[in-house]
Amino acid sequence: MLIINDLSIHYKSKQGDNPVICHLSFQLQEGESLAILGPSGCGKSTLINALAGSLAAESGTMEFAARDQGYPLSPKQHKIGLIPQNCGLLPWKTVRENCLLPLKIRKEYHKNKHTQELNRLSKALNIQDILNKYPNELSGGQLQRSAIARAFLLEPDLLLMDEPFSALDEITRAEARELFLRVWKYQKPTTILVTHSIEEALYLGNILSVMDAQGGNIKYQKNNPYFGQLYPDHADYLTAKQILRQQLVTKEEGMDTFE
Amino acid sequence: MIFVQGFLSINLIWLIAFLLTDTPVIPNPLRVYQSFAIVLKDHMLIHILYSLRRIGAGLAISLIIGVPAGILLAYSRRANRILYPLIYFSYPIPKTALLPIAMLLLGMRDGSKVVIMVLVIVFQVIVSVRDSIQAIDKTMYQFIKSTGAGNLAIIRHVTLPAILPQLLTSLRVSLGAAVSILFFVEGYGTTYGMGYYILDAWSRINYIEMYIGIITIAVIGFLLFVSIDYLAYRICKWSYTGSSL
Repeated sequence: MLIINDLSIHYKSKQGDNPVICHLSFQLQEGESLAILGPSGCGKSTLINALAGSLAAESGTMEFAARDQGYPLSPKQHKIGLIPQNCGLLPWKTVRENCLLPLKIRKEYHKNKHTQELNRLSKALNIQDILNKYPNELSGGQLQRSAIARAFLLEPDLLLMDEPFSALDEITRAEARELFLRVWKYQKPTTILVTHSIEEALYLGNILSVMDAQGGNIKYQKNNPYFGQLYPDHADYLTAKQILRQQLVTKEEGMDTFE
Repeated sequence: MIFVQGFLSINLIWLIAFLLTDTPVIPNPLRVYQSFAIVLKDHMLIHILYSLRRIGAGLAISLIIGVPAGILLAYSRRANRILYPLIYFSYPIPKTALLPIAMLLLGMRDGSKVVIMVLVIVFQVIVSVRDSIQAIDKTMYQFIKSTGAGNLAIIRHVTLPAILPQLLTSLRVSLGAAVSILFFVEGYGTTYGMGYYILDAWSRINYIEMYIGIITIAVIGFLLFVSIDYLAYRICKWSYTGSSL
């Protein structure tokens, strides 16, 4: 279980401290997928960076508890899979090398086991033909599916995704989301997805949260009955979308900012 | 193909210049090439080796100083604030102008020669390393840190591969400059090296040998250029692959 308690993160600049997240607290059960929606600059990506170990918290705690024992969340202690917006694949490594790198850095690479697992994942994500290619030889969709394979090959305790499909066109995005969900259901890692897209949140999060425009706090949270369902022909689905849209609209931003 | 075309063109110009002029300063290229075998067998190789040793030492010291300095400048704002103005100011100074100072401080032997080589190469190395690190996409650091990588692993898997293509390009340029200054630095305190060979033949008014020296030094420069190109192709394969989609 992921336990975020009273977390505050500030960015330091010449003008002083800029608080981005103030006293954020929430819990996420193992195997759940939390989709966080929020307007630009609300602190979604900051939260992902802090959870991924790239950003230090000003105060508060981030713990990962397993079998009733909690440990401070740390990339050295816990396996954290990260799928950033632009994939974050290293251009000097092939897709295969990129996928194996986190395991090698953590000294957890077992040739037979992970070759088999990579083969299974690459088939599921339809990237088996590009494993020996470099990232600059690939399309946006292939890059994103490779980043998904890299994250899942690690069998992460916590999977973090920062607008993972936003750079893709509509058709590629739908396909990537579908493939992602298929692989996710096989492993069910505890997942946090931040996104601008209400449809993406409804499709990929079994819990939905909306962050405040300022202060980085969660102002709305709800279980999602439409998890894994794309465009369900259901009046309640449209109502849920409408509620989320209303939650997202701030005084400064209009309705057209969001899907 | 480009090499052959260029080689033939320059020799054609040389031949025309020989036919149009009547001066021993421009000898018949065919006579020069005929004499090559005799000179090569005689003592040329040792001159080549001395020159390559000086360039190699200059290159190795430049990399040992330049790569860590570039990394420090890129990752430490304080180091960049203090050292970058110094590098920015020193970069355009013609390093051969410092030769008298190097000679007075380090003497006439290889020390002053290698120092000048280092001064020619090291600034290019520092600037290219710093600039290529600053161009690294931040998400690569986010990703590598999320795997639990320490600083050494970050340098190994992100920093060093990212700096290689630009570093090799800058080495290619600065090695060309290093070969050209052999002429200056091997003009004193030694009886070996390609620079010495050309100057010695010139002073003996042996234009055939002088031309042989000039051609040899040009070939050395070209081979170093090609070697760096090949090395870049071998170890930075990824930067030679383009988008196929």
